[in-house]
Amino acid sequence: MSVPGRLHSWDLSVGVDGPGTRFVAFTAGCPLRCLYCANPDTWRMRTGTPTTSGEVLANVARYRRFIAVAGGGFTVSGGEPLLQPAFTGALLAGAQDLGLHTALDTSGFLGARADDDLLAVTDLVLLDIKSWDGALYRRLTGRDLHPTLAFARRLAARGTPVRVRFVLVPGLTDEPDNVCGVARFAAGLGNVERVDVLPFHRLGAAKYGELGMRFPLAHVDPPAEDLVARVVREFRDAGLTAA
Amino acid sequence: MTDLATPPLETTDPWRGFHGTAWRDRVDVAGFIRANVRPYEGDSAFLRGPTARTTALWQRLTGMFVDERRRGVHDVDAATPSSITSHAPGYIDCANELIVGLQTDAPLRRAILPNGGYRMVSAGLRAYGYEPDPRVAEIFTKYRKTHNDGVFDAYTPQILAARKAGIITGLPDAYGRGRIIGDYRRVPLYGVDRLVAAKRAEKSTLDGAGATPDVIRDREELAEQVRALGELVTMAASYGYDVTRPARTAREAVQWLYFAFLAAAKEQNGAAMSLGRTSSFLDVYIQRDLDAGRLTEEQAQELVDDFVIKLRIVRFLRTPEYDELFSGDPTWVTECLGGMSRDGRTLVTRTSFRYLQTLYNLGPAPEPNLTVLWSPRLPVGFKRFCAQVSLDTSAIQYENDDLLRPYLDDDTAIACCVSGMRVGKDMQFFGARANLAKALLYAVNGGRDEVSGVQVTPPLPPLTGDVLDYDTVRAAYDRVLDWLAGTYVEALNIIHYMHDKYAYERLEMALHDHPVRRFLATGIAGLSVAVDSLSAIRYAAVEPVRDGSGLVVDYVTTGEFPTYGNNDDRADAIAVELVESFMAKVRRQPTYRNAEPTLSVLTITSNVVYGRHTGNTPDGRRAGEPFAPGANPMNGRDRHGVVASALSVAKLPFEHARDGISLTTTVTPDGLGRTGTERIANLVGVLDGYTDAGGYHMNVNVLTRTTLLDAMAHPERYPQLTVRVSGYAVNFVRLTPEQQRDVLSRTFHGST
Repeated sequence: MSVPGRLHSWDLSVGVDGPGTRFVAFTAGCPLRCLYCANPDTWRMRTGTPTTSGEVLANVARYRRFIAVAGGGFTVSGGEPLLQPAFTGALLAGAQDLGLHTALDTSGFLGARADDDLLAVTDLVLLDIKSWDGALYRRLTGRDLHPTLAFARRLAARGTPVRVRFVLVPGLTDEPDNVCGVARFAAGLGNVERVDVLPFHRLGAAKYGELGMRFPLAHVDPPAEDLVARVVREFRDAGLTAA
Repeated sequence: MTDLATPPLETTDPWRGFHGTAWRDRVDVAGFIRANVRPYEGDSAFLRGPTARTTALWQRLTGMFVDERRRGVHDVDAATPSSITSHAPGYIDCANELIVGLQTDAPLRRAILPNGGYRMVSAGLRAYGYEPDPRVAEIFTKYRKTHNDGVFDAYTPQILAARKAGIITGLPDAYGRGRIIGDYRRVPLYGVDRLVAAKRAEKSTLDGAGATPDVIRDREELAEQVRALGELVTMAASYGYDVTRPARTAREAVQWLYFAFLAAAKEQNGAAMSLGRTSSFLDVYIQRDLDAGRLTEEQAQELVDDFVIKLRIVRFLRTPEYDELFSGDPTWVTECLGGMSRDGRTLVTRTSFRYLQTLYNLGPAPEPNLTVLWSPRLPVGFKRFCAQVSLDTSAIQYENDDLLRPYLDDDTAIACCVSGMRVGKDMQFFGARANLAKALLYAVNGGRDEVSGVQVTPPLPPLTGDVLDYDTVRAAYDRVLDWLAGTYVEALNIIHYMHDKYAYERLEMALHDHPVRRFLATGIAGLSVAVDSLSAIRYAAVEPVRDGSGLVVDYVTTGEFPTYGNNDDRADAIAVELVESFMAKVRRQPTYRNAEPTLSVLTITSNVVYGRHTGNTPDGRRAGEPFAPGANPMNGRDRHGVVASALSVAKLPFEHARDGISLTTTVTPDGLGRTGTERIANLVGVLDGYTDAGGYHMNVNVLTRTTLLDAMAHPERYPQLTVRVSGYAVNFVRLTPEQQRDVLSRTFHGST
């Protein structure tokens, strides 16, 4: 059954949005307003292109053979895919029918909207845990941390594999206590395959300009290599695989 | 190399321990390899680093490279026209070289080879501050006609006009044509005496054939081949070696093979002097010596390193204009590694790994042009090592073994960048490129050049009206392409007639079977510009802008149109159709010596010069801006990542572009994954997927813009930074600033 939705764009990426070569559907619209967001053009659902899951999957199908040979799968990312749970669920189910490994890239804030049917067709969740400290999380995203943690626990209970994504922003998320909190929580879940430490970058700054907006972190430099190494080590010290 | 305790070589059979029989009775290197190859399915752990001797020898040369880069050439022997035997032996450091032989009597001292064209020689000398030798000048302007002279005697006014306008560029009419690969392996396997006997036998088959011009030419060529083989013996003897007999050891096999290649390079200033497919052949000898305890792994690697050092210092004297087309002094000493045998075994051997290891032992370098014949069925250990080398050096290229093998069997090598041929059985008449983007502008302007206003084609009706109509444009384009294909092939026929007459590759052809199969290798440039322009005309509205004389000099394009490079069939189908239709036009032309016509989609670095000579195009490209290289989508217009881009290119039909389809890809390390292991696995996956999809060739650069910008600012810090351009690799710091900017402007497929 084809479900209507709003798509921001699609891409074929390698080793960036889950394992291997992946067709990535970026849905439009996000409830969070992360200070470091590199894609402010994905925030509003109504600026996305109206499409249907069937149309997107027809495009995905053209890459099935390549992905099967190269290794990889299908990822739905955003924006926030769970803002459009029916669309996202149909994409994941359809991709799995095509024989592709499926991944959901989410902040978890709307995790409650992912029903069990959706999770049943999700082979991997890329879960963006932006902070361990609720106040900091609110400052970074404008939203509450709890739904993300609740979603993480639900995934752990289901045994759905998770890759935690942690954006490292100097002066914001790099406090050892903050890292340690995320690390302990992730390590305790039991279903976290690995943690990707994503160094903050300013490559999205131009998009803010085009949208007539101000990039709040225009003054922040990307983290130095040794800071990245320190944070990776802190995750590893908690018993996690991290890179 | 220290000698191990061994039985005296004089008494040993050179073929001791070798298997198979058919290759013993006739010249059949492929049969020898199939009977004796020992496929290697393991990983790279066995490899050894450089010895102190290797490092010292290489450092002696790298010191000289600095001066050579600064002055353009290190040294030239301006007085001695090069032949196989013209120069006394030369050494880098005689006591410390395992493999000997130089093009002249000193390393990096360039020779002059006037048979291709004296103008190239004198211009090359003057450009670098050398005075042409008066005696040589007299000989080659008064007594001895050159290829270049002959060609210009026979060119038609139409060819001259097309050449001047830049709609046909890069014709090999001023120097050696190149792209002929002698089967240099025959010399170590059989020894020259045996090869001479085989050539005489071939010649005798013509005894009763009647003295037609074709037969007379064949007889003369075979006589010249035998003469060249004799000169090879003399040259090797001057270094103290007897190549009349087969090689008995690995070291001799490498040395004999190198002498054969060296003789070719002494005789021919070919546009591409490719080596062939030697690693798994030599592996048989290396493995035999390893098994016998004559050689250690360290010594085996040392032999390969020493051989590769020699291949890295092959030099030809060319002009600065040539460098502008093909920057970085390329020689295209292309060597093919890997591939699968027709019986399903892999042809990967430990020596395939050893060749790649030279990029670590000696550091990255553009030459030899290491080319992996890729198949998803290659052993995983080899695939992973190749990916590792690409990630670390960006110095190797990949060609689709699964496309080549059914067409050319399993002993195929690549000449130059992408041109496949059966080693010792096929040769090609190489021939530059036709500019398809400019041809489209000619279609609009009735054959007048959009830059000069000169009528280049016979007069055709210029297109009228305010908005270009696709069908009308396509029909006019078809007429221009008919003219272009005819003029182009006529030029190639003249060039190759004269090259055979005045600059015949005696030694290289002596290492081919008679009769040889000949290809006439045409090429096209500006494919993606032509495709996107046609797409704009078809799917958007394109208004021509005319100057006072009615010449269309610009285009105003309104509306969206699909572009090539996004796996969008609307645009890609135009590309496929264009390749097919141009090839069909080429096929209709008569060819010199009945050569089989082929087509490549390859520009090397000439995409910059082609772009400079081409006006504004309907796709929005501004006059003078570079084309995309080879079959690449236009920079920045491939918006859905490396895979979608590559799949557009993979649609181009190999059966109509048998001379190769080149894709140059640049990814950032982050665009392949987060860890080294992941990046290796992902790059292997992409190469498997692309090959499986029918993609023919891929240059893989793993680089960041930051690195290249830093190298532009501080070239002295990056003497060995290597980047793949279209079909070959260059030292980035040796590119012209314009070419460096072109590389920087290309799409970097990254993580954002």
